Amino acid sequence: MIKLEKVTKVYADGTKAVNEMSFEVNQGELCVFLGPSGCGKTTTMKMINRLIPITSGKIYIDGVDNTRMNDSELRRNIGYAIQEIGLFTHMTVGQNIETVPVLKGWSKSRRRERAEELLELVRMKPSEFIDKYPNELSGGQRQRVGVARALGADPPILLMDEPFGAIDPINRVELQSEFLKIQQKIRKTIIFVTHDIYEAIKMGDRIALMKDGELVQYDTPANLLYRPKDAFVEGFVGADRALKGLQLLRVKEVMTATYAAVNMKDNAAVVRERMEKEGIDWMPVMDNNGRFMGGISISSLIGGRAGTVKDVLSPSEATSDVNAVLNEALSLMLSSGLKTLPIVDENNRLEGILTFDAIQEALHEAVKTGGTK
Amino acid sequence: MRRWIVLVVLLVVLVGLTVWTTSAGDIGIFHAFTYADIVTHAKDHLIMVFWAVLIAVLIGVPLGTLVTRPGLDRASPLVLGGANVGQSIPSLAIIAIMATLPFGLVFFDFGFNRETAIVALIIYGLLPIVRNSYASMRNINPAVIESARGMGMTRWQIIRKIELPLAIPIIMTGIRVSTVVTVGTAELAVLVGGKGLGTITFTGVFAREVLLIIQGAAPTAFLAVSLGVILESIEKWITPRGLKIKARNI
Repeated sequence: MIKLEKVTKVYADGTKAVNEMSFEVNQGELCVFLGPSGCGKTTTMKMINRLIPITSGKIYIDGVDNTRMNDSELRRNIGYAIQEIGLFTHMTVGQNIETVPVLKGWSKSRRRERAEELLELVRMKPSEFIDKYPNELSGGQRQRVGVARALGADPPILLMDEPFGAIDPINRVELQSEFLKIQQKIRKTIIFVTHDIYEAIKMGDRIALMKDGELVQYDTPANLLYRPKDAFVEGFVGADRALKGLQLLRVKEVMTATYAAVNMKDNAAVVRERMEKEGIDWMPVMDNNGRFMGGISISSLIGGRAGTVKDVLSPSEATSDVNAVLNEALSLMLSSGLKTLPIVDENNRLEGILTFDAIQEALHEAVKTGGTK
Repeated sequence: MRRWIVLVVLLVVLVGLTVWTTSAGDIGIFHAFTYADIVTHAKDHLIMVFWAVLIAVLIGVPLGTLVTRPGLDRASPLVLGGANVGQSIPSLAIIAIMATLPFGLVFFDFGFNRETAIVALIIYGLLPIVRNSYASMRNINPAVIESARGMGMTRWQIIRKIELPLAIPIIMTGIRVSTVVTVGTAELAVLVGGKGLGTITFTGVFAREVLLIIQGAAPTAFLAVSLGVILESIEKWITPRGLKIKARNI
């Protein structure tokens, strides 16, 4: 979709900002440009829509050399969102979003419809926000409008320069997750510039790690973490790269789907005997419909009281679902003190269990094999 | 609200002074000017101010904008400095110089007439307009311009749809200041044959009759104040609604 061929940028004062960069971004992928400041990531991005003229080399968009297109025409087909957002304060939210559709000569009703649709997409109520002015919005809302505006005329490509950079950390994480959900729906080819390794790992299908205008490694987040090409990459991803890898794994890839469970009505003494014999110290408890009710630990059974499991079980504590990211699940285990985390579906039916051992093994495996996403 | 009361009182006082001096009939050995005289001179006065400000806007806004463009920004000290000099020369001197220029320019014949006065007023009124146009354009958030470019607006579209609407309030302030100053400076136009309310004032000056001076000065002040108020309302009305809202803290 976007192909860079020996792209080079030398500024008038002789600084070489980008040096012979070559790689290709596949259609529908989110490609992160990552690197320390001054590495050339923004310059490279801006050469794609020619906000910065290229010194030598070629950039092809859908196979067409981007210098063969008219500047404005090229840019109207590439969405553009920047950290400072740059909303037009004299225009309403709706007018901002309709900027490119207006330039493209869409009809009034089609533009309005599109603006409403996009506000809906970024989870802002159209009736409430479409006629508001940017100065009436919070920072997070402005950022959302910025994204909606970039998607205005439904461009196949999106360039985003630290789009969530100006937002506080809590809102940023939320916006990132939301944007990923949006990307699931719209499947645009996206260039996403950031200097934040966490953001890069979370957002990227592929990461282009740059340094001093050179492309150091162009790879999946997992490979970047577990197969660093050289010492620079290793240093950049950090000594805790194994921990960062937790972001790349989902509970469903790590959990144990076959597990021993007991029924609420089982005899406690029998269960204790079984746990002692098999050396298990915790078991999930289900009712007759397979719904997760809680867990029993061997310690609560000691004392030998007669009765059913129901009398000794500790009711449902923290649980997680199969789609949770592993670092969230692990954090939950650490904070709730559970050695085994029950994984349930939306009907509270038990789908599996997650243990520290399984997490450790999965991480080890990922480091060994280079991981998968 | 208090501001409006002050303004109304001021205007009433100025009208009162005009009526008082006009109804005096004979002032020393002179006859006071009649209401008809005042209206005629006020008309001349306004015509001069109108043309001077109009031409100053037509020159000043593009000039102030032009020197904010990349490549041309090196000329900005020259242009702003030039406009500064224009205003720092005493207005009387500008007018005198204009009137005594011994040669006619290619398409303009200087001499003792209204046109000479208008040219002098343009030079004098240019500074606030150039300076405010320049400052307002310079102060637009670069991220806004970058977004506009990044979305595929042409240069001209950016000026027309983004920069001018954002700059208009400050440009309008410049025009207002220039107008008010020009109304005052136009008093001097009579010295180069430009007529206007200065005719009355300077008759008083030469005759050493304070009442006559007041008879010319009061209507002039009245014009300046009311034009200022009118232009301020236009300024408010023309400012895009989104700019009147104070930004929320983020």
